[in-house]
Amino acid sequence: MKLKAMLIAGAMSFVPMTAMAADLTIGFSQIGSESGWRAAETTVTKQEAEKRGINLKFADAQQKQENQIKAIRSFVAQGVDAILLAPVVATGWDDVLEEARDAEIPVVLLDRTIDAPDDLYMTAVTSDLVHEGRVAGQWLVDETAGAKCDIVELQGTTGSSPAIDRKKGFEEAIAGHDNLNIVRSQTGDFTRSQGKVVMESFLKAVGGENICALYAHNDDMAVGAIQAVKEAGLKPGEDIKIVSIDSVPDIHLAMSKGEANATIELTPNMAGPALDALEAYLADGTTPPKWIQTESKLYTLEDDNMAIYEMKKDLGY
Amino acid sequence: MKHHINTTLRRIAPQLVILAGVLLLNFLVFPDFFRIEFQHGRLFGNLIDVLNRGAPTALLCIGMTLVIATKGIDLSVGAAMAIAGAVAAALVVDGHSWQVALLGALCAGAVCGAWNGVLVAVLRIQPIVATLVLMVAGRGIAQLVTEGTILTFLNPGLIHLGAGTVAGIPTPILIWLGLGLAVTAIVRKTALGMLIEAIGINESSSRLAGINSRVLIISVYLISGFCAALAGVIVAADIKGADANNAGLWLELDAILAVVIGGNSLLGGRFSIIASLLGALIIQSVNSVILLSGMPPELNLVIKALIIIAILVIQSPTVKHALYILRASADPIPPGSIKEAKESPQ
Repeated sequence: MKLKAMLIAGAMSFVPMTAMAADLTIGFSQIGSESGWRAAETTVTKQEAEKRGINLKFADAQQKQENQIKAIRSFVAQGVDAILLAPVVATGWDDVLEEARDAEIPVVLLDRTIDAPDDLYMTAVTSDLVHEGRVAGQWLVDETAGAKCDIVELQGTTGSSPAIDRKKGFEEAIAGHDNLNIVRSQTGDFTRSQGKVVMESFLKAVGGENICALYAHNDDMAVGAIQAVKEAGLKPGEDIKIVSIDSVPDIHLAMSKGEANATIELTPNMAGPALDALEAYLADGTTPPKWIQTESKLYTLEDDNMAIYEMKKDLGY
Repeated sequence: MKHHINTTLRRIAPQLVILAGVLLLNFLVFPDFFRIEFQHGRLFGNLIDVLNRGAPTALLCIGMTLVIATKGIDLSVGAAMAIAGAVAAALVVDGHSWQVALLGALCAGAVCGAWNGVLVAVLRIQPIVATLVLMVAGRGIAQLVTEGTILTFLNPGLIHLGAGTVAGIPTPILIWLGLGLAVTAIVRKTALGMLIEAIGINESSSRLAGINSRVLIISVYLISGFCAALAGVIVAADIKGADANNAGLWLELDAILAVVIGGNSLLGGRFSIIASLLGALIIQSVNSVILLSGMPPELNLVIKALIIIAILVIQSPTVKHALYILRASADPIPPGSIKEAKESPQ
């Protein structure tokens, strides 16, 4: 159903603009629906636009840059007030962004940056991956309060930038705390099943009783690892503390049962800060900074995780 | 009977030796490798993990062996896994029993297999191209079923198939062992195996000899789809969710590799399912070495590649022949016998 709605929305964006009562018309070129997070980002962007009474023109590029370029050109031709762009790749944007600049339409990048001169876009709204890792590490530093703790780490896909940066941030945060040591680190490819398989091997290679905490580069791997811990007869969240990143609905479900301890949100709400900046710019010309960093919010067992799960589960994750 | 067992043993001897070698490598990087305990009502140990985690590849390679024996190949098994897992998850989420979900998934797998079979046997499209269609499109179909999300479920019956145990043994092990033995028995106790081999060796002459190659080819692809569906259900049940993007991703390559390590020719003809299953266990044991060694993950693929290359080189006909010559020349004829030979009259 959701897919159908998105397809219709995508098709609608190519229909010539009809007169709308809304004050602002903003075009949004989305990459596609490559992951649950991206589906949630689309949902939240539409919600944010609706909340502000903005007429949002949505174009799904189905993971192709040429579709995004086409969409931006059509937005320019329609004379939208601004363009939101979640770029599928980093290069090749100069020409089409110059066209937007010549038409004096501000462009805001969402969740990824591009290799193009600064003056071709107004601002980029992204999260800081290194910072996310740092928040996770700092949580564990505070949680253990100096007690000895051996950590196993489930890395993301080897060589991917989230895996590199989230590892770096975490290591920065625990550096100088001699009680914290990463004893094993292996890739779980960001998937549930590999997270489970690799955690099984950790539990045997190190011994479940010797593992104090698990740091997973995303929640899906943590969800898989939780099952491995349970099958080994240990209590996830108690015997082994679990901290991961993304804040997807299922990790909140696990946290509501006390099976995971903390998650750091990679917010799907990139559009909120972007639209705030755009509205301010269009109202009185306030130029936002070149980079708007989204909040990497830490959720722990003290939050009402069941409520967060209920709120998030329909966003399309 | 004894003769039969001897032939089989001789056929799978290289695979057994390689498996022993890789297991020894496991033992060297992790001395507790062979320890198996019984805890929390289930067998627990690295060897059990190898058997359990090897289940998807093992199941896939049963069907893949038959397909390859007909000179075909099935690239779509990974995508068929994703479809079957998605169908099973969608059915239990809709409130159906796990039996219905399993049946639905198996039907979905069989339909995938039949589709491939018809493309190959009736429309005469080359197998690698015919199955590529479903390999590419299959994940899209699976995503349509799950609506692009990881479809999670809590049905205990379905979860039992992937994460449960029977008499302490993880269910996936019993499933692949059972299916492997059943299919081997069917193809070897009847003439089916021989007919499949005949098609692989020369399809035209086998057809002229009266073999209904069309039906047989469709059947082997159907079996391959069926095996893929079982593997897909196990993978989904294991994580209590159908992950259309990642379930069975690149597993078709592992399955083909297992068949090759099992000493089966990609050109079709004679095949051994048992040897392929040993191939699957060898691949899983290699994965186990990587996980237990604690090496940085950047080296994973390099280590795997090196071990696989070593295995394939040892099995190559040229090296086999060279080893044979070497062994012959290294065994000098005992001095006494030479003397005798000289002295003995012509």
